[in-house]
Amino acid sequence: MATIPADRTPSTIPTKSKFRWDDGIFRSLTTAAGGAVLAIVIITAYQLVTGSLPALEKEGLGFLTGSSWNVGEELFGSLPFVWGTTISSILALVLGGSIGVMLSAFLVELAPKWLLKPIGFLVDLLAAIPSIIYGLWGILVLIPFLRERVFPEIHAVFGWTGLFGEKSTGTGLLTAGIVLAIMIIPTVAAITREVLLVVPRNMRDGALALGANRTEALKTVMLPYASGGILGALILGLGRALGETMAVAMVIGNSATIESDLFKPAASLASNIATEFGEAGPLQKSALIGLGLILFILALALNFAARMLVARVRRKSGVQ
Amino acid sequence: MLQYSTAMVQTVLSETDERFELPKIRAEKVDFHYGSFHALKDVNIAMPSHRVTALIGPSGCGKSTFLRCINRMNDLIDGSKLTGKLLVDGSDIYAPGVDPVALRKHIGMVFQKPNPFPMSIYDNIAYGPRIHGIRKKAELDIIVERCLSKSFLWNEVKDKLSQSALALSGGQQQRLCIARTMAVDPQVILMDEPCSALDPVATMRIEDLIAELKTQFTIVIVTHNMQQAQRAADYTAFFMLGELVEFNTTREMFLNPQEKRTMDYISGRFG
Repeated sequence: MATIPADRTPSTIPTKSKFRWDDGIFRSLTTAAGGAVLAIVIITAYQLVTGSLPALEKEGLGFLTGSSWNVGEELFGSLPFVWGTTISSILALVLGGSIGVMLSAFLVELAPKWLLKPIGFLVDLLAAIPSIIYGLWGILVLIPFLRERVFPEIHAVFGWTGLFGEKSTGTGLLTAGIVLAIMIIPTVAAITREVLLVVPRNMRDGALALGANRTEALKTVMLPYASGGILGALILGLGRALGETMAVAMVIGNSATIESDLFKPAASLASNIATEFGEAGPLQKSALIGLGLILFILALALNFAARMLVARVRRKSGVQ
Repeated sequence: MLQYSTAMVQTVLSETDERFELPKIRAEKVDFHYGSFHALKDVNIAMPSHRVTALIGPSGCGKSTFLRCINRMNDLIDGSKLTGKLLVDGSDIYAPGVDPVALRKHIGMVFQKPNPFPMSIYDNIAYGPRIHGIRKKAELDIIVERCLSKSFLWNEVKDKLSQSALALSGGQQQRLCIARTMAVDPQVILMDEPCSALDPVATMRIEDLIAELKTQFTIVIVTHNMQQAQRAADYTAFFMLGELVEFNTTREMFLNPQEKRTMDYISGRFG
């Protein structure tokens, strides 16, 4: 029978852990950074709620359902701004989202390879332009152009729908939607491009080997494969459009009205806060913070819905 | 090897000897370049109709490149160029005016890694027929059932046709891809190492399937596995460094290779 000899020497493996300063500091710093995010969200939500309480108490449910915003009469109904934000963002999503997705599809699949980098770079550059520049360009270039050249033509053809009126100053919902569309193109295009680039080559080859042409392979296999990611790109773009303030304030016309005519001036939640806050009285300030609260909830809900939607699409197609 | 009697070899030879078969695919002096790389050098071969031809050879020998020339998948690579003639049923598929997209409907391909599309099992099979204009549900139903049955998959998936194809096992996915290829009714099926990502049981099933398919299609299969070539193929072509070294009936090639390089390769002296 084998015998196990006794240990020769006491263990030389250190059993006591040595306290290290740098490790401790690094740990605390990173933990603090993580905690800060949570704190910021909670504090923001708290401030928005307490700040808007005076206005909410006065208006009650009318703050959400009221469609007139009249500072002189101390009437604060938020509906015109919810309308302005929603419609301008949806217009931006439809116009900018489709252009962004098509642009990436073109770059990744159909354009010559050498074009991918330079155009990709230009698209990224679009994202770096400050929004005030978009606003200035909107006022100086886009509005006159739309007013003189485009809106009359649209009215002539689609005027019967009631969405495109005869008279327009050039500022309004559609103008805001167009400026926002341009602003979200880089967001949508950059993410869509990344998502399409990681679609496995053998997906495309599989479609081509069955006799599909490149457009069919793109439309029927690659885009569906990437649909979860593209959806995420669109939601991020929509998020940017919802919160955009300066550029919208400069082109939307800033009128607290609800009109189905897209050529008429309107106002969005963010643009109205920016234009009124400087000279607002106490109750008006509180009402404006209330608009901020609505925007905050809208953004949170959108993010949540987006996550659900992306997860659902992924589950349905089976792509991990 | 001596356990095969001469008589047996003779019978097999007379069944599959090249001289008795009509060529489906014929390469005449095919040279292929990727940019400055000379990937195929003066390849001449005639692959018979309704038979399985295996392309073997060490990695980088050009066998996959040659396979992808047959359905012009190499066209997608910038700077690739083919000279010589590649004939299918006597007509040159690289002649001016030949549309590679239309060609690929007749020459299907199964890839190394199973690549089902991210859609349901049904839609995967119906994909090809749909892009070629078949829209009627009843017609598609028939095609889906027929192709899945032929690839021995129908019984396994008939109750979950609407589920994602990505949920199937690797072997099932590969059989699905074969069924998907059959659905466009090709004449030739090219297979690029179809079993290299599969376990032995799944591999055996694919080989059984190949044996069944050759009654209807002409099959060309690239394989790294020489046992597979011997089990599945009627003819074998051995490639090395872009050249076609030897082409013969599989039995003859493995029993009695004509070239020293072939002998070295099949006896495992390099590879």
